[in-house]
Amino acid sequence: MGSALPLGLAWPESNLIPPLFGTDRSFHVYVHIPFCEVRCGYCDFNTYTAKEIGSVSQADFHDAIILEIERSANILASSGYPVRPISTLFFGGGTPSLFSDTQLAAIIEALRHNFAFEANPEITLEANPESTSPRYLEELAAIGVNRLSMGVQSFDSAVLKTLERTHRPELVADLVAAAKGAGLSTSVDLIYGAPKESLDSWKRTLNEAIDLGTGHVSAYSLIVEPGTKLARQIKTGELPETDDDLDAEKHQLADTLLSEAGLSWYEVSNWGEPSRHNQAYWKSADWWGYGPGAHSHISGNRFWNLKHPLTFQQAVATKSPVAGIEYIDEKTRFEEMLMLELRTKEGVSTSLLDSLKVHQETVDNFIKDELLAKSGNRLSVTAKGRLFVDRIVLDLLTN
Amino acid sequence: MSPRARTALEPSLTQQEQLRNFCIIAHIDHGKSTLADRMLQLTGIVNDRQMRDQYLDRMDIERERGITIKSQAVRLPWELDAKTFALNMIDTPGHVDFTYEVSRSLAACEGAVLLVDAAQGIEAQTLANLYLAMENDLEIIPVLNKIDLPAAQPEKYAEELANLIGGDPADCLRVSGKTGEGVAELLDRIVQRVPAPSGDPDAPARAMIFDSVYDSYRGVVTYVRMIDGRLSPREQIQMMSTRAVHELLEIGVISPEPTVTKGLAAGEVGYLITGVKDVRQSKVGDTVTTKNKPATKALKGYSEPNPMVYSGIYPIDGSDYPNLREALDKLRLSDASLVYEPETSAALGFGFRCGFLGLLHLEIITERLEREFNLSLIATAPSVVYEVTREDNTEFIVTNPSEFPEGKIKVVKEPIVKATILSPKDYVGTIMELCQSRRGTMIDMQYLGEDRVQLRYQLPLAEIVFDFFDQLKSKTQGYGSLDYEDDGYLPGDLVKVDLLLQGEKVDAFSSIVHRDKAYAQGTRITGKLRELIPRQQFEVPIQAAIGSRIIARESIRAIRKDVLAKCYGGDISRKRKLLEKQKEGKKRMKMVGRVEVPQEAFIAALSSDESSKSEKKK
Repeated sequence: MGSALPLGLAWPESNLIPPLFGTDRSFHVYVHIPFCEVRCGYCDFNTYTAKEIGSVSQADFHDAIILEIERSANILASSGYPVRPISTLFFGGGTPSLFSDTQLAAIIEALRHNFAFEANPEITLEANPESTSPRYLEELAAIGVNRLSMGVQSFDSAVLKTLERTHRPELVADLVAAAKGAGLSTSVDLIYGAPKESLDSWKRTLNEAIDLGTGHVSAYSLIVEPGTKLARQIKTGELPETDDDLDAEKHQLADTLLSEAGLSWYEVSNWGEPSRHNQAYWKSADWWGYGPGAHSHISGNRFWNLKHPLTFQQAVATKSPVAGIEYIDEKTRFEEMLMLELRTKEGVSTSLLDSLKVHQETVDNFIKDELLAKSGNRLSVTAKGRLFVDRIVLDLLTN
Repeated sequence: MSPRARTALEPSLTQQEQLRNFCIIAHIDHGKSTLADRMLQLTGIVNDRQMRDQYLDRMDIERERGITIKSQAVRLPWELDAKTFALNMIDTPGHVDFTYEVSRSLAACEGAVLLVDAAQGIEAQTLANLYLAMENDLEIIPVLNKIDLPAAQPEKYAEELANLIGGDPADCLRVSGKTGEGVAELLDRIVQRVPAPSGDPDAPARAMIFDSVYDSYRGVVTYVRMIDGRLSPREQIQMMSTRAVHELLEIGVISPEPTVTKGLAAGEVGYLITGVKDVRQSKVGDTVTTKNKPATKALKGYSEPNPMVYSGIYPIDGSDYPNLREALDKLRLSDASLVYEPETSAALGFGFRCGFLGLLHLEIITERLEREFNLSLIATAPSVVYEVTREDNTEFIVTNPSEFPEGKIKVVKEPIVKATILSPKDYVGTIMELCQSRRGTMIDMQYLGEDRVQLRYQLPLAEIVFDFFDQLKSKTQGYGSLDYEDDGYLPGDLVKVDLLLQGEKVDAFSSIVHRDKAYAQGTRITGKLRELIPRQQFEVPIQAAIGSRIIARESIRAIRKDVLAKCYGGDISRKRKLLEKQKEGKKRMKMVGRVEVPQEAFIAALSSDESSKSEKKK
């Protein structure tokens, strides 16, 4: 999650979030672990590097999350939602691999106790190579984690240095092999477009990633967020500016190489066996995000927690840790659906465009320009159109 | 400060010998509004608690930019030698664009305070306004302001003033609008020197309209100077030009808020409200009389102002066209110098061709339209009025470059002005260079004092409307000042430069320039547009052409990507807010064909490189 939280309304005193758009969506869980060993220069996520933050201790922070889980179950029940088993669970951060298996197991147990899991849930943990070991991976498998998302970013040590990532890329291959050996699905996260990264460097990173044989690859272009160290370094000229045109080429290169390796594209930055958890975001399913700064969406109610672990922990103990809430109206909901679903291979239904009163001429022009393609009653971006999703959405909504 | 006059004279019952009507004329920035502020305080009509800077400048824009646009008339009580007087002060704008308003204010007065900055001396507009005042036979009271400044040189500039208007340098009053020093003496001097009005109190009423302002609650508020006779509430009044009769709903004086009175008598200055909604029915320069006892001869009016520059004003959102029309109609109620007529542009759709007194006037009107009427507008690059004759002797008046006739042209005539520039002598060289580069011809040069020089040039108006003044200011480190007057038309070797986006001519970017400058102009516009137009999903070629001959070309590379890689976890709200922001940004864009062109490009593209943003407060 980003650094600036949107302004919203106060959490309702009633403690109720009545369903605005029904209760028949699948239910997903995100857990935010806000700790890191070090902060990377490009990162504006809600993370903290100390083991202790005031009275917050990493060793028992899972207690606060478990308390929040119990409260959420009550809120959902009294707001009129049936108990829905969890279809996916995602431990993100931060560096979730800093949590011990017993901490993670306690959280999973609390979720099982309050909601239960579907028959084949997807349970993912984000891991940093430096805080992961083959033994830890065995332990994860034992408590029910079945998918590992490894934060690799790059195999080029110069690029890692620019990003201020401290891990050694040579550790990755053994860890991925161990994860597979433990029966986990595997994914790697890559970042392209760091200042000074050449197309060649990116090609090497892609090839090494492909050689790992993971079932899934995410490749994000670096976004220089205001307020980060990286943004300052670029501003002062210490590092060169990022290059959008080169990023476009890197995206295309990624698509070519990953497709050749059998990982097919399914979302702007994702290839391979789709992550069911991420799909929940793009398809506006229901999810509850636990932990500081986590975002939730429950049937048209979008809310987000207090960011700082200490204020979060204190709030959970006494009241709601939610910092703000918004209620999505129908038009906004349709706009969000367009904005999110157009990022995916499935695209949007033409009836959604009708609901949004999109001009047919605008759609036709995009089809003519080969940015959009129509198949039956679905409209989706072409390979060329993937790189223009934001622009296309803006034009569909405003032309 | 405690007021000197304990009781104010009652309007409508004041004898003419107790009245003094004066205005303050000055170069902009010489401290007129601050001096007016002190007068309001010293005469006690505004107390210290109510006081704010530039009290009389009511429009937001006036206050922000520190300039006076509309003139205001305020009645001030004052006492001298145990006799009470009522002084009517008319604050006037100082910018060259608003000379027209100055001349109206002058006609309502018998005296003028000639205010000169004691650190700067006489400037071009001081001279221009002084000559206007002299033409109106006003008693001139020379005053040096800002004597509190360390850089003030009152002796030197008193000498200069005395040379200019005659008299003894010692007669020149020294005041500080900031500290209030000398302001009481100035008010005394006004009483002593400015002649009392001398109308006929028993004749049929004749009142000169010197301003008309539209107020959304009250309708048209008309400012008048009574010459003869009197006007009373509920009387039937008649406009002498149109013979239209209205009932006088309210009559009063400004002191400094509107105050209802039992009427206005000969010599007085005040306001009338008749419930009329259109300022054109209450025309500046017209004479008001009564229906029952009408005057036979109207007062001499003012000449209508001639617009010096034209610009097309278009709503970004075409559906705002009716709102723009309504807004212009409303603004015209309070600004008689604004003229406009509908026009259509292939690139910009429906809009209006508007005539302005100058560039500042254009800026202020567009800003008021956007601010007061919540419109998003595009103003095309300003153009002067050309007279074009084709080989077949058909004649065209061209206020819009895109209307420049096709075919063989026999002659193009352009408006010429006589410009007066004042500056310290050190800058004479740079000023001459500037004028020469703008196709100027020197008329003469003379020294006004030992280091102050007056240069007079004949210049094409087109060369100075844009950024000449900014250039003059920057090349003279702020010391140069400018005034100009109409000097007829002269033939020039002028051509139309067109601009093409993706091969399509964009009429809003056409300009008329001297042939020698056409190539540079073409290169500059194409270069500017390449910077100003954001990259699109396709390549956009930009070309400049004279007729079918391409004289410059540039190209905007196609953008390669426009998508955010990640969705910030589940923070959909953040992503949506970014989308909302992009929607707002897009509202500031105009679609020209398939190309999105930012609003500011329409003016910025045609302004010269050297000028940054035109100076606001000059």
